[in-house]
Amino acid sequence: MAKLPVSEEKIIDQFGPHKHYPPLGGFKGVSNPDKLVKTHCCFCGMQCGIQLKVKDNKVVGFEPWKEFIFNEGRLCPKGVQRYLQNNHPDRLQTPYKRVEGVGFVPIEWEEAMSKVVSEIQRIQKQYGNDAFAMLSGVSLTNEKSYLHGKFARVALKTKNLDYNGRLCMVSAGAGNKKAFGLDRASNNWSDLKHAEVIMVAGANVSETFPTLTYPIWEARDNGAKLIVVDPRVVPFARTADLHLDLRPGTDSALFGAILKVLVDNNWIDKDFIENYTSGFEDTVASIQDHTLEWAEKVTGVSAEKIYKAAEMWGKAKTSFALHARGIEHHTKGVDNVVSMINLVLATGRIGKPYCGYATITGQGNGQGGREQGHKCDQLPGNRDIENPEHRKYIAEVWGINEADLPGKGLSAHEIIHAIHRGEIKGLLSICFNPLVSLPNSNYVREALEKLEFYVAIDFFLSETGRYADIVLAGSLHEEEDGTVTTAEGRVVRINQVVTPPGKARKDSEIIKEIARRLGSGDKFNFENSEAIFNEMRVASKGGTADYYGITYEKIEKNMGVFWPCPSLDHPGTPRLWEDRKFRTPDGKAHFNPAPYRLSAEMPDEEYPIILTTGRVVSQYLSGSQTRRIGKLVDQYPEPLLEIHPELAAKYGIQQGDLIRVKTRRGEVTLPANVVATIRKDTVFIPYHWGGCHSANLLTNDSLDPVSKIPEFKVCACKLENTKEKAPDSKLSNAYQSFSH
Amino acid sequence: MVTTEYNKNMQFFTDMQRCIGCHACEVACAECETNGQDTMIHIHYVDRANTIQTTMQVCMHCDDPVCANVCPANAIVKNANGVVLSANTSRCFGCSNCVMSCPFGVPIKKEESELMMKCNMCYDRTGAGLRPMCATVCPSNALFYGTPEDIEERRPHSTPVNKFIIGEQEIITKVNVMMPKGSTELTIH
Repeated sequence: MAKLPVSEEKIIDQFGPHKHYPPLGGFKGVSNPDKLVKTHCCFCGMQCGIQLKVKDNKVVGFEPWKEFIFNEGRLCPKGVQRYLQNNHPDRLQTPYKRVEGVGFVPIEWEEAMSKVVSEIQRIQKQYGNDAFAMLSGVSLTNEKSYLHGKFARVALKTKNLDYNGRLCMVSAGAGNKKAFGLDRASNNWSDLKHAEVIMVAGANVSETFPTLTYPIWEARDNGAKLIVVDPRVVPFARTADLHLDLRPGTDSALFGAILKVLVDNNWIDKDFIENYTSGFEDTVASIQDHTLEWAEKVTGVSAEKIYKAAEMWGKAKTSFALHARGIEHHTKGVDNVVSMINLVLATGRIGKPYCGYATITGQGNGQGGREQGHKCDQLPGNRDIENPEHRKYIAEVWGINEADLPGKGLSAHEIIHAIHRGEIKGLLSICFNPLVSLPNSNYVREALEKLEFYVAIDFFLSETGRYADIVLAGSLHEEEDGTVTTAEGRVVRINQVVTPPGKARKDSEIIKEIARRLGSGDKFNFENSEAIFNEMRVASKGGTADYYGITYEKIEKNMGVFWPCPSLDHPGTPRLWEDRKFRTPDGKAHFNPAPYRLSAEMPDEEYPIILTTGRVVSQYLSGSQTRRIGKLVDQYPEPLLEIHPELAAKYGIQQGDLIRVKTRRGEVTLPANVVATIRKDTVFIPYHWGGCHSANLLTNDSLDPVSKIPEFKVCACKLENTKEKAPDSKLSNAYQSFSH
Repeated sequence: MVTTEYNKNMQFFTDMQRCIGCHACEVACAECETNGQDTMIHIHYVDRANTIQTTMQVCMHCDDPVCANVCPANAIVKNANGVVLSANTSRCFGCSNCVMSCPFGVPIKKEESELMMKCNMCYDRTGAGLRPMCATVCPSNALFYGTPEDIEERRPHSTPVNKFIIGEQEIITKVNVMMPKGSTELTIH
């Protein structure tokens, strides 16, 4: 039933996105706040320290937190403006129900909760427990991630719980587990400082993790060479020592070719390979045809440049390899990840000072959120939901019979398929905006329309939330205590700065209340966030992601603690693998063969151009938060189609022309940004917008067979020049996500 | 030691090669309540069609500030610490002489209020021993505020330059621009 209750215009009028600006001279109290609270930015995996100014229980401003060890006060524009959410006119402050023809009507919590619980019970009675699914988010704290994993399995009793980390870190996680048996950045950022060479693949650091630019420059000041692998000249690639502008989807070909050069020139650490790794011979055998000449043809990067990269990497004594979604958002995302890790293992440069490897986790709690058990195949401590011992342990911690613990469920996009098939009828979502963030958004919207009941917990009404039957006003990052784990594996404290406004409630209070009404209240008697954390510590004990020795007090005292931290007297582990004891079954680091294969959809006669997607610095993920902050919207008001002048000339495209981009799944019309900083065979669209401006109307929903991550980074498209000039960007209403 | 007054050892350094065009400095600058949500630092693409290069322009705080020299109302003054303060609002009448004469294009005229505004090196912060807001938040340290010894140690491959030859003019500024090692001046033809 869940179609929009009234016109899109009416919903947007009521709930935004509206652009929010501070008043001239700032909010009342900005110069004499009641308090200044140390916490962290709510956005990316850097989790920069920041202080928020509070006046009369409202966030009114910010002050850099220069003592916080990672960012020392540095912030990106999103961080500077992140304080504009708690006081935002769009902030949801009460539950709402959908009324056909009327819209969303404010209701009391009792009515909302009764409806939610009765619908869950009706659907599960009629169709079975698994017919009610839950989608969670990885911008949430560790406590909420843990709570949701337990809630879905113990209170909802469904196997179908997944999270939006599925669109983010899962390829890296799977690759890390294959290679190391454990999923975490092997090193913290301080190991960048004296690395002789830094290779960054598929990570637009300067726009997606701007504060990580500083430690990379610090290393360069110390003499480090920087290699950037990216189809575009992203801002920090401009000055790189080597920029490998490869064709999207050919990362494993590039890394395979580099590995072959390393082996052929004996730029490898034979002692390390022999004593501490397995799979080397098979891996080398798998890339024998990955010659430089072959790689040049496949990747579009000259053989000379590939050789140069291999030489720089091979001859260095210390190094740091970094990657992010650029190599992970592929049907071979895991292959790309392990093929880069192979370069690290071949040179034995891991587990030592200034010898590092890390995936740069994207979301705020992308690291911690992927360990605490709200993935469809996972239990807390990064345990496997299909492993009998792991199930037994967690069932004991939760006080349930192991037989009652559901098994592996469907991943995020598979849940959408299951809704289409009629197997899933009800949905609870929190902190996930799949209508903007999943690929093939027309298909996602049709799924939402098929649901019998959909309840969304959120602090702003997202594009997806517009399709809900019940909306529950939850809490912002600054409205609830907790912890997150940064991209470098450091567990830090998120402090509650203010209480939720109006009748909004803390997310955990909402979840606990639903659990109580579903009859599982005794399993959710948590007094506060710290109580959830303390149970989570026990649940993680003995798992690969062991938090047992971390307490709130210890985090605050040490400005963060790195897991694994298995006991209270353990100092934490800033650098993994110093002991060379890898967490794989044979205790060795694994080389994994990952010979090149094609992306799911390659350019052809009908769709001759490669489309790739990504981000801009002023927006964050699906934009549900940042498309409401005035200055961030004004900085980049609408998605632009980046296209090289030579490709543009073929279509007679000039700067600012409106271009219709078509794929087999949909079409979008956008202004052209004709720039020489992108490959000639590739166009780029940032993905933060919904409605008719959504890049994900175009993207391919083929999944990696292991990680189930969608292939956001490669699909085939065609271009049509409308021959019209785009109106002034400043007038664009793209931030509001209209369908037309 | 925590200082609570203007620290004369501290200097401002800008490094264009590190600028990533993120605009953190702009939005942070505008947050200063005395700026009324206007930013006093400007970020520009140099030539976006061909390069992603951006530049940032803060007030250079000239030793002999032409903006102050041409001000008919004597609204702009250089203080004892060499900081060229933004126009005194009770004196400024918005003639735009400073806007047109500044060799770095820094002052802007607010049409609504008929007032000139420009960066005063966050005097409310630097005067209290803090770093300017833009140089505090800059995620790549393209904007840096510290001692000359500190920058020398941190940036062994570049040299701070504060002498600019613009046409036939020679300008000495309080703010430094990081140049390739060994540079002594920046000439703009």
